[in-house]
Amino acid sequence: MIHRYQGVVVELVSRAVVPAIQVFALYIITHGHYSPGGGFQGGALLAASILLLRFTQGRKESYRRFPPGAGFALAALGLLIFLLVGLASVARGGSFLDYAYLPWPWASPETLRYYGILVVEAGIALTVWGTLVVVFDQVGTRTRDV
Amino acid sequence: MFEEFLGRYPYFMTVILLAIGLYGMVAKRNLLKKAIGMSIFQSAIFLFFIQGGAKWGATVPVIDPQRGMDPAQYMNPLPHVLILTAIVVSVATTGVSLALLLTIYQRYRTLDEKQVLEEARRKA
Amino acid sequence: MKALALAILGIFLVVLLYAEGDLPDRGDPEAPASMHVSPYYIERSLSDTRTPNLVTAVLADYRGYDTLGETVVIFAAGLASALVLLRGRGNRDT
Repeated sequence: MIHRYQGVVVELVSRAVVPAIQVFALYIITHGHYSPGGGFQGGALLAASILLLRFTQGRKESYRRFPPGAGFALAALGLLIFLLVGLASVARGGSFLDYAYLPWPWASPETLRYYGILVVEAGIALTVWGTLVVVFDQVGTRTRDV
Repeated sequence: MFEEFLGRYPYFMTVILLAIGLYGMVAKRNLLKKAIGMSIFQSAIFLFFIQGGAKWGATVPVIDPQRGMDPAQYMNPLPHVLILTAIVVSVATTGVSLALLLTIYQRYRTLDEKQVLEEARRKA
Repeated sequence: MKALALAILGIFLVVLLYAEGDLPDRGDPEAPASMHVSPYYIERSLSDTRTPNLVTAVLADYRGYDTLGETVVIFAAGLASALVLLRGRGNRDT
């Protein structure tokens, strides 16, 4: 399924579109407080940009941009961020995942919850991104040798 | 009559989609078609939950200062949250089912339920 | 086999269409689903978390534990798909 697309238009347009998709995904993740969006949607978009690379740029180039093992690392990192934020609030005496007890005592509870949500959304986005790319890499690239 | 239909049509549509998905899972013999039926079944449940959050005269669940904080002004955010996570989880679990189907195909060279069972019995 | 599948389908349809009569109308503001916890989320979310988007506030704050579980499920699904295929490749000819 992964091979270089034989056509200059598709290749060049996909090269131009991939960074735009990624920037838009960052916007969706970070603007999730004010408009529809958040970690799940932004992570899915980031994964879609990598999948577009895989479809159009060929195995060598797309593996250089995003190595096949990096998906696991990203997914694990996202989960770790989520768990650490939860445990950080336990460390200051709050409940698990109660962001009002994050270790910045000078900020108000609402502000702490606001930033806690942002960090957690980033972790979710990393997990979704990594997992969707891993699933594609595992299922999509094995079809050739069936 | 039309009012009655307007309040009820999402349930009929959901029931039809559920029946299509169940038919795929029960009657088809190809394992990939069974997985597709399961996906349709899941989608029907998503639609059922999402329409449960709708309210007449309400807007999307993003607080608008001009509309105030009245609960009647905003749709129920809870089904949206549950289905948002469920959709991504369903994509991931579909990936697992496709991986399992790939292994089954690599081992038995077919996805037909009967042939796979026969082959497995012969090899056991 | 086909007849059995169609019979199961018929029973399923009858049961669901019977159960459908008890559900509230679409868009009913007085529906039970909109009366229990959702007014609390709508009224308190902005003052609790400074987040106008209720879905984000409920997803990451009020129900963060649920979201953590879903994230673990997604991660586990990614690992499982990789592990299943690794195994399938190793004993292809057994």
